[in-house]
Amino acid sequence: MTVTTNNPTAEAAPVELVTFTIDGTEVSVPKGTLIIRAAEQAGIQIPRFCDHPLLAPAGACRQCLVEVAMPDREGNVRPMPKPQASCTMTVAPGMVVKTQHTSAVADKAQQGVMELLLMNHPLDCPVCDKGGECPLQNQAMSNGRPETRFVDVKRTFPKPIALSTQILLDRERCVLCQRCTRFSEEIAGDAFIALQDRGAHQQIGRFDEDVLGFAGAESSTGPVDRPVGEATTDTSGRPFSSYYSGNTVQICPVGALTGAGYRFRSRPFDLVSSESIAEHDSCGSAIRIDHRRGQVLRRLSGEDPVVNEEWITDKDRFAFTWQTAPDRITTPLVREDGELRPASWVEALEIAAAGLAAARDNGGVGVLPGGRLTVEDAFAWSRFARTALGTNDVDQRVRVHSAEEAAFLGRVVAGSGVGVTFGDLEHAPAVLLVGLEAEEEAGVTFLRLRKGARGKAGTKVFSIAPYATRGLARLDGTLLPAAPGTEAEWLTSLTTSLGGGLLPADAPTSDIDTSALAQPGAVILVGERLAGSPGAYTAALGLAEATGARLAWVPRRAGERGGVEAGLLPGLLPGGRPVADATARAEVAQAWGAELPATPGRDTAGILGALASGALGGAIVGGVELADLPDPAAARAALDAVRARGGFVVSVEVRASEVTERADVVLPVAPPVERAGSYWNWEGRVRSFAAALESSALPDHRVLHVLAQQLGVDLQAASPAEAHLAIALTQGAWEGDAVTIESDVLAAPPAVGPGQAVLATWRLLLDAASGQEGEQFLAGTAKQAVARMSAATAAGFGVADGGVVTVSTARGSVRVPAAVTDGMVDGVVWLPLASAGSRVHDTLGATAGDLVTVTPEGDAR
Amino acid sequence: MNLTPVLTDTWDKDRSWRLATYERNGGYAGLKKALTMEPAALVQAVKDSGLRGRGGAGFPTGMKWGFLPPPDGGPRYLVVNADESEPGTCKDIPLMLASPQHLIEGVAITSFAIGCDHAFIYVRGEVLHVYRRLLNAVEEAYKAGYLGKNIQGSGFDLDVTVHAGAGAYICGEETALLDSLEGLRGQPRLKPPFPAVAGLYARPTVVNNVESIASVPAIVARGADWFASMGTEKSQGHGLFSLSGHVTRPGQFEAPLGITLRELLELSGGIRAGHELKFWTPGGSSTPIFTQDHLDTPLDYESVGAAGSMLGTRALQIFDETVCVVRAVSRWTDFYAHESCGKCTPCREGTYWLKQVLHRIEAGEGQDGDLELLVDLCDNILGKAFCALGDGAVSPITSSIEHFRDEYQAHIDGHGCPFDPSASALFPYTPKTRTPGALTGAGAGGH
Repeated sequence: MTVTTNNPTAEAAPVELVTFTIDGTEVSVPKGTLIIRAAEQAGIQIPRFCDHPLLAPAGACRQCLVEVAMPDREGNVRPMPKPQASCTMTVAPGMVVKTQHTSAVADKAQQGVMELLLMNHPLDCPVCDKGGECPLQNQAMSNGRPETRFVDVKRTFPKPIALSTQILLDRERCVLCQRCTRFSEEIAGDAFIALQDRGAHQQIGRFDEDVLGFAGAESSTGPVDRPVGEATTDTSGRPFSSYYSGNTVQICPVGALTGAGYRFRSRPFDLVSSESIAEHDSCGSAIRIDHRRGQVLRRLSGEDPVVNEEWITDKDRFAFTWQTAPDRITTPLVREDGELRPASWVEALEIAAAGLAAARDNGGVGVLPGGRLTVEDAFAWSRFARTALGTNDVDQRVRVHSAEEAAFLGRVVAGSGVGVTFGDLEHAPAVLLVGLEAEEEAGVTFLRLRKGARGKAGTKVFSIAPYATRGLARLDGTLLPAAPGTEAEWLTSLTTSLGGGLLPADAPTSDIDTSALAQPGAVILVGERLAGSPGAYTAALGLAEATGARLAWVPRRAGERGGVEAGLLPGLLPGGRPVADATARAEVAQAWGAELPATPGRDTAGILGALASGALGGAIVGGVELADLPDPAAARAALDAVRARGGFVVSVEVRASEVTERADVVLPVAPPVERAGSYWNWEGRVRSFAAALESSALPDHRVLHVLAQQLGVDLQAASPAEAHLAIALTQGAWEGDAVTIESDVLAAPPAVGPGQAVLATWRLLLDAASGQEGEQFLAGTAKQAVARMSAATAAGFGVADGGVVTVSTARGSVRVPAAVTDGMVDGVVWLPLASAGSRVHDTLGATAGDLVTVTPEGDAR
Repeated sequence: MNLTPVLTDTWDKDRSWRLATYERNGGYAGLKKALTMEPAALVQAVKDSGLRGRGGAGFPTGMKWGFLPPPDGGPRYLVVNADESEPGTCKDIPLMLASPQHLIEGVAITSFAIGCDHAFIYVRGEVLHVYRRLLNAVEEAYKAGYLGKNIQGSGFDLDVTVHAGAGAYICGEETALLDSLEGLRGQPRLKPPFPAVAGLYARPTVVNNVESIASVPAIVARGADWFASMGTEKSQGHGLFSLSGHVTRPGQFEAPLGITLRELLELSGGIRAGHELKFWTPGGSSTPIFTQDHLDTPLDYESVGAAGSMLGTRALQIFDETVCVVRAVSRWTDFYAHESCGKCTPCREGTYWLKQVLHRIEAGEGQDGDLELLVDLCDNILGKAFCALGDGAVSPITSSIEHFRDEYQAHIDGHGCPFDPSASALFPYTPKTRTPGALTGAGAGGH
């Protein structure tokens, strides 16, 4: 794809080289390189277990011992008396290293360590998940003795400890390399296992009060999150709750840590591995899909240093069964006598085309493609709407949205190419998060922020949010406390104070040192939730312009950035071209060979309203969960109204949904694993993937291509290659005026009456979403729904910590335990947006910033 | 050679541990003098004295102090390693029990010399009586103005914290000690950075043994030349020699370095009556054992090293001919297997294996090839482990096989131990018989 080039993020700073000799070959490597890394560069493999390039050196396993000689002051090269661990020692000028290939001492040392590691290791390779891809097994073959001399008694442990519903630990297989504990401390920051005991009794263990005292839940590491399922306790005495625990399974060099879903399911040598890109968020993490006879058995992190390094979230790793859920639609369906029945593609396409054409001529067709499309699909949907249906009534946003947001996306995001990168986050002096909870809404982005916060840059993280989450605590971040809807106030006062201006007396208290945000390289990450906070997008842009900080938009869904580029917004054409600009329309019209509608279209809410009122005659809907919309009941009513009025609804979906029930024609499409495609991640980087499984299922762009043919339009999207060529035609830089942005008026904060609070809400990484269905082990690690509020707010309601509260609106109520949260903004209650037991949009018909009533259990009010 | 009582000089005085007793016998003259000197001059005096680390490694103390980077305004720490736990080693604990002010005065002088205003004494947790005595001694020193704010009107401030360990031999390793002191698991740290650069709380830190620090006051008070006049050319000064085991009068003998075991045996009344020396350790169980052939080896760093062992902590454990060397070495190996911290493979797994092989041999279940196995396993541990614990664990095994291979072979060939264990006891003793199969895995119920 030629849409954009991926800028290398590494600076071209001159690198100081060190020349040394390894196994008789002179090699030059950058100063500070570890011997083991330098050996890799020279093509020499030194066996290792504890060493991991992304973790701090430990020197614990001693498998990588080599002989080292160093020049003394006179320059005579003198051998060091003991073999050295090559994973902890950096190369020095004139150093002479002899590995097992050229040194009998190193070879014997390695064989000796290997024998000791195998001595207590069980010989259960035939039933071990790791067998066949096991570093211990492989290196025992390459660097071990053929036979053991151990005839004594092996150390054993009772079979596995379930650390969570998802992760199991078999201690007798463990070689105590500490990769898992170092990962959880250094990378994820949610230490859940630790070394315990000593000597041969030493083990990786779950938290055990008998062994360690613990700091208690009120320590400074943020609020407690309790998983849904059974879990052991982490090192701080809380129930283990991690979104990254699956990485420990992958980096375990033996089969000590296993995933419950994959355990005993397969042999690595029966698997076919396909590289791919994760579909669950906008990070575009590289993954590896392992499948056998057309069935996906597991997913692993891929290696991509510039994006996700070697880490992925547990959701990206474990949530793949949704693609083969029982409600998968495998054949086109048409409605006959009120019931859907299977139909041939030919029949279904003919009926769909006829129905859409009729609806187009009877008021028009609203287009709701959803936010999870590939780039190829997004362009096909955009072109289908504009050319086949002749409308700008297209909006990918299945969430809270605003006109201000659409303008912001058109002006700031669309056509901006690769902007802020993961690498920039790692090296930024400061990052401001607003409307974004990185750990919940952009998984591996959190890990990069943490790497920056812990690394040389010492990135200072600030978050404008109603409370400091455990994620923010692990970033050592600073909360800029804001009730939902007031984000713009903080942004505006930051703009003033960082610009040297004086703050009005009623500005948010800022005794917090935010000056790092004005340093070169500072970054502002805005989340899609700002659409619900009038004026916030504009204020964020203002802050960026005032301070020179770079701005990036981090949506939740994988397809939204690509959708912005493709013009899946009512006022936007591909490449950031405003619909309202005649030149822009002409450029796209030339590329597409068709006239484009000039009237800016309706957004999602407008389309649903027009469907309800009858202003629109029909709709074509992509992967849309109606429950994700701010008012699901209204959306259901709107689609019901279309059918009641004799209008026409086409659903293009992987699995049956609430739209299926309301569709006249259902066209099944392929899930990501069965098709090729690309995502545009939040950085603006194009992330292409091939089909992992062979399938007859069709991607959206092909379905739309043939549907458009029925309507007499050529979408040029029959194949990915053709689609790419067509996309490239629209990707010339737009040099005209960008979309103009006008700040939405800051509404006066709602008056909070007695018993009321302002609702704060966002989605958790693991929740009740359909993308996680069918993965019971993963579901057990989701966080329990709670209603968070400050101690003062809770006291005002007469609510005790842990006591059940009812949060209600006129529409309905949610009943969950209260969690009193330190430092939270008073008068605010937070609920997870779409977790089991807390479906805020659906049940309450409310969203962030709305007023809700809070009553304690048993209260008669 | 005569004894040179310095640290032990007041042990026989009434209530020798009290500050008043210490002061009556010239105590704190060193500190008072030191406070009038330049810190750099103090460091130089200790360098000139030739004092080497008394904790076993023998690194020159003054040089260690000199490794600290120049002051940067931040804190610098002195940490006294009082975690004396090695089998046979018993010098620091009696010293702290009998005359703790020697150590505290040394801490004050050293802290002044290196620019430290908060020193720590990490004392072995099992010796509760010593911990209490140190706490009381520190309190006395505070009250007398030898610690605290503006010490003796000099403007120098010093706080001393006495910390009790939690029962791990590995915490005598200086970086494990620092981790333990910080509240972490006591396991050795990766070096570099060395403690002098990033030690306690990642600040420049000097870690010294109790006896090293306790030797400083006399060096300051009487001069480096006085100290250097004792001992040998490269091993200068006095040291505590701890005789234990089959000697007539076991105890502490403070003598110039370079004294021989023969001389020490004369001072201590010789091997117990009717018996003769079989083997001994020059510096605790981690140092390769010596035999009768080494009675005249001068006990200084160089001579002991040249004879194939290490001066270590001058803990001379004496074993007469009633002792089965396999049994003794097996017990020491049990200790190392129990005390291995578990961080690195060679020590963790190696001691676990060595222990089982030695138990088998002692129980008469040894096999041909076991001695070769032991020697090879020791070779696979020596120099491959993360810290020196692994090296210490194999020293008694390799040295005893070297000196007493036939005795080991007799256990294998005779399917049992040819010795009567009760003959080596000084009291009525019926040895416990080890039940076969009693070796249990770690999962079977901890240690």
